[in-house]
Amino acid sequence: MRPVAVIGVGRTPFGVFPDRDLRSLAVEAGRNCLENAHLAPSQVEAFYLGNFAGPAFVGQNHLAPYVGAALGVTGVPATRIEAACASSGSAFFHAFSAVAAGLYDLVLVVGVEKMTSQPSPRVAEILASAGDLSGEIKAGATFPALFAMIARRHMHQYGTRREHLAAVAVKNHANGAKNPYAQMRKLITLEQALAGKPIAEPLTLYDCSLVSDGAAAALLAPLERASEFTDQPVRVAGVAQTSDHVALDEKDDITTFVAVKQAGQKAYRMAGVGPAEIEFAELHDCFTIAEIIALEDLGFVKPGEGGPYSAEGFTALTGPKPVNASGGLKAKGHPVGATGVAQICDVVMQIRGQAGQLQLPRHSLGLAQNLGGSGATAVVTILRAA
Amino acid sequence: MNQGVVYTETVVHSAPEAFLKDAPYQIAIIILDTGGRVTARILGDRAAIGDRVTFLESRDGIPYFSTIHNPPSTIQL
Repeated sequence: MRPVAVIGVGRTPFGVFPDRDLRSLAVEAGRNCLENAHLAPSQVEAFYLGNFAGPAFVGQNHLAPYVGAALGVTGVPATRIEAACASSGSAFFHAFSAVAAGLYDLVLVVGVEKMTSQPSPRVAEILASAGDLSGEIKAGATFPALFAMIARRHMHQYGTRREHLAAVAVKNHANGAKNPYAQMRKLITLEQALAGKPIAEPLTLYDCSLVSDGAAAALLAPLERASEFTDQPVRVAGVAQTSDHVALDEKDDITTFVAVKQAGQKAYRMAGVGPAEIEFAELHDCFTIAEIIALEDLGFVKPGEGGPYSAEGFTALTGPKPVNASGGLKAKGHPVGATGVAQICDVVMQIRGQAGQLQLPRHSLGLAQNLGGSGATAVVTILRAA
Repeated sequence: MNQGVVYTETVVHSAPEAFLKDAPYQIAIIILDTGGRVTARILGDRAAIGDRVTFLESRDGIPYFSTIHNPPSTIQL
């Protein structure tokens, strides 16, 4: 296996864009990424598209060549990868694998989702199809309900409190307010977060990520060729994807995501680092409780300590372990198929020192964690300055 | 599927379209005495983690349970 680098990133802002379709968003991110690496579309040797539910959200299928051709990428393998909210994390993992194995040199990954053209109940229904339709969803569970049940159990087992969850929302809103790509650039208070409209108890509106349109892209190349395209290559030090049961009621312990633990351990081993050395992270906060559990599963803290750790400010921009400097899914937005690659863009921009107002003082080794459904897919990526 | 213990639960306020008329409603993951787990609706009194619950009936493929202290005869199905 040969070393691989990210040689370019590109993105659209995340938000509600009634006049934009799926393809135009994906093309904008892809084009920005190609320009970022000074690459012509004809040089791309393989194209991976991460997308969760384009066929359901916008009706279009056969999306990888549909987007690829609009970008000027034809005559190469164009493949769509679906893994719920980890679709583009998984697309990135597969692109990495192909470059590392020596199949291709220059591989483009785009993640995209266009969600806001559907009414909210239909959006909820489409998202729910990432759960088990034969059991939990049939019984009336929504995704917020699944994570609410996870939160309840975490509270029961470890004493995690509503205030801990709310602290995650307050922090991510504060970060998002400084991010020009973020959908929600608004500060909230702890009191507001606690008094939010109930969605699924104990989660309120402020515990839930956003419904968004957007796209993000990354270009991969062998590390030895990276300097042909960029002065600031970022090495993929470790990356792993793992799987688990789709249904929550098939797991013994729902206060942890086994797939995240496994992907984390594999990625750490590959990178030759441990959780203590990771300087900052983008974690999959689809719900506030998910960020708290990710802190535990990735070994930043012990099981049960994620809530107090967050509430005490350790994960704030100015804390010792900044988490979701971008605002996370909570404030940056969560166009599900774009999220995995967008996290990688955020980590790359930090490492390059291009994060603007959000630039962290220690930014040479970062981690991105992307979660599919209620934990059936996990992708963990560790990036470092090359 | 007869009786079991609530492993976790939530009350759903923001319901999917098919269940809008039921909201707010409670769902729970139940550890069955006979082994295995099931995601079910709770009718009657709200159930908390650790409460014992009993199976009422299955409708449209959805299992319905209630807490033991709120027996099925008093519940409006």
